[in-house]
Amino acid sequence: MAANEQLAMLVQADRVHRSVYADPAIFELEMERVFGRAWLVLGHESQARRPGDYFTTRMGREPVVVVRKDNGEIAVLVNRCAHRGATVCAEGRGNAERFVCPYHGWSYDRAGMLQAVPFAGGYEKDKLPKGLKSVPRVSVYRGFIFASLSPHGEDLEAFLGPARASFDDFVDRAPGGELEVAGGVFKHAYDGNWKLMLENHLDGAHPAWVHASSVAVARGAPEPGRPGEEHYYDIAVRQMRQNGAPDAVWDAIGMWTTPYGHGYMGDYHDDSRLVAGLGNPLFEDYRRRLVAAAGEKEAERILRVTLWNTIIYPNCSFMSQFRQLRIIHPVAVDRSVVHTYSFRMKDAPARMFRDTVAFANVVNGTGSWVLTDDLEVYERIQRGLSSGAVDWVYLGRGHGRDVDEPDGTRRGATGTSEIFVRAQLAAWLRYMSAK
Amino acid sequence: MSAMNVEQFLYHEARLLDTQQLEAWLELFTEDATYWIPLERNQQDPLETSSIIHDDRTLLELRVKQARHPRAHARQPLARTVHQVGNVMVSEEGTGEITVNSTLQLVEFRNEKQRLYGALVEHRLRRAGETFRIAHKRVDLVNSEGELDGIAVLF
Repeated sequence: MAANEQLAMLVQADRVHRSVYADPAIFELEMERVFGRAWLVLGHESQARRPGDYFTTRMGREPVVVVRKDNGEIAVLVNRCAHRGATVCAEGRGNAERFVCPYHGWSYDRAGMLQAVPFAGGYEKDKLPKGLKSVPRVSVYRGFIFASLSPHGEDLEAFLGPARASFDDFVDRAPGGELEVAGGVFKHAYDGNWKLMLENHLDGAHPAWVHASSVAVARGAPEPGRPGEEHYYDIAVRQMRQNGAPDAVWDAIGMWTTPYGHGYMGDYHDDSRLVAGLGNPLFEDYRRRLVAAAGEKEAERILRVTLWNTIIYPNCSFMSQFRQLRIIHPVAVDRSVVHTYSFRMKDAPARMFRDTVAFANVVNGTGSWVLTDDLEVYERIQRGLSSGAVDWVYLGRGHGRDVDEPDGTRRGATGTSEIFVRAQLAAWLRYMSAK
Repeated sequence: MSAMNVEQFLYHEARLLDTQQLEAWLELFTEDATYWIPLERNQQDPLETSSIIHDDRTLLELRVKQARHPRAHARQPLARTVHQVGNVMVSEEGTGEITVNSTLQLVEFRNEKQRLYGALVEHRLRRAGETFRIAHKRVDLVNSEGELDGIAVLF
């Protein structure tokens, strides 16, 4: 395995070999060549605003600390003592002057430089390591923190390409552009390959089947209240019902991909309360604040953007309109962990955040009616693809009918085209084959 | 009302879940009930911090109905469970409601996987003739902030 010619045989125009999802040797290579090369989304600046603020996360399987240095820049440090290898920072977030290894007390400053070594006389001074390994490339786009474990490669703007528009939508919707991570972090896991989640989030042909049960019970639920007479359950009921949108809606939403494997879909909601918020008494207040901050014309433009899920390949999925962002951490070829963050618009009416939280619970919650069925299906795909009896996964929906757009995106012939899987796997093959 | 009767009621509730009498279990809850599995330890607020589950009575009913739906992929066939209730303490006995704290160990078996949960549980019960109804149930999983596989079982 691993010769580039062999890898190239696994990804074909309208099909992919099952080993891409099920072979542990390919997974090991992915950690080196995909997660070890690509820009990865790590989080948001609001998680580390002041010098010394830090949070831990992972880049693929590498434990890292994201920290605000004294000079105001963000550093990403591999969370591994330069001495004997213990993680120097406990999992979580906080503020630290120094990261002190629990094993022998080696301490590092906020930039990861080694500051103090107990029993220093025992070492040859010029042989001591300089500090923690620093992740070579770190960059920020509109408040979102990215890093790459590789010193080489395209810059972040080129990597994002037209997918920058999705981050712009995320940020522009906030009056004054101020967002902050808030409301708790969901962490869920499943026994399946990391790619299954990224592929599912742009798949408009799945909700009618995977989510059939939550659509059915929501349709039988009491009617949501009119503006001013709303119930706690409304957001959940509306969103679950919306997953049962007719096939024609899914076909019409629009599906775009970019050369680096990113993709985004148009919105499938015709429920004005959920997204545009037209029926929401808070919305007028929100719109006034957006107009005050951005001007009438710009506010109108911002609110006309109707995007739903965006995938930033290979580790992130977000919903700009409902301010949800998921980061996937591959654990093994058949095990993945997903952390889900909600964002508050700092200068929007405070109660709007309650809708974000209610939405997070119903769609992204570990006990959700919706997410649990997705996870069940990922595990069933993994079981199926672990069988050697059949080699190929068929990706033919819309194949041969993709449209190249002037802005550099490629659009699916319909909103339910499987173009997004083909684009992700094309990017995968480039990362995997590059020297 | 003696603690023994409160205990019997909690055992009855657990038995309904373990024998898959989900609709009868739902009927234990008052019309204004809340059913809450917080995401964070010591979480005070269910509206501006996410929850693993935070249901009013309407949403709890949808949860029970979903469990019976033939295409509820994560729920059908229903998991086999044992809800082991312990350390029952009546902590507050007011005029209208009784607050009861207990511990729960839940063993779940489904899809060739057995999972074990531990939780601190708080019930607020209202007297209803010879028995009680549940006005509020809060289940604090010991690993609520951990990386959890999807939760489709009822606590």
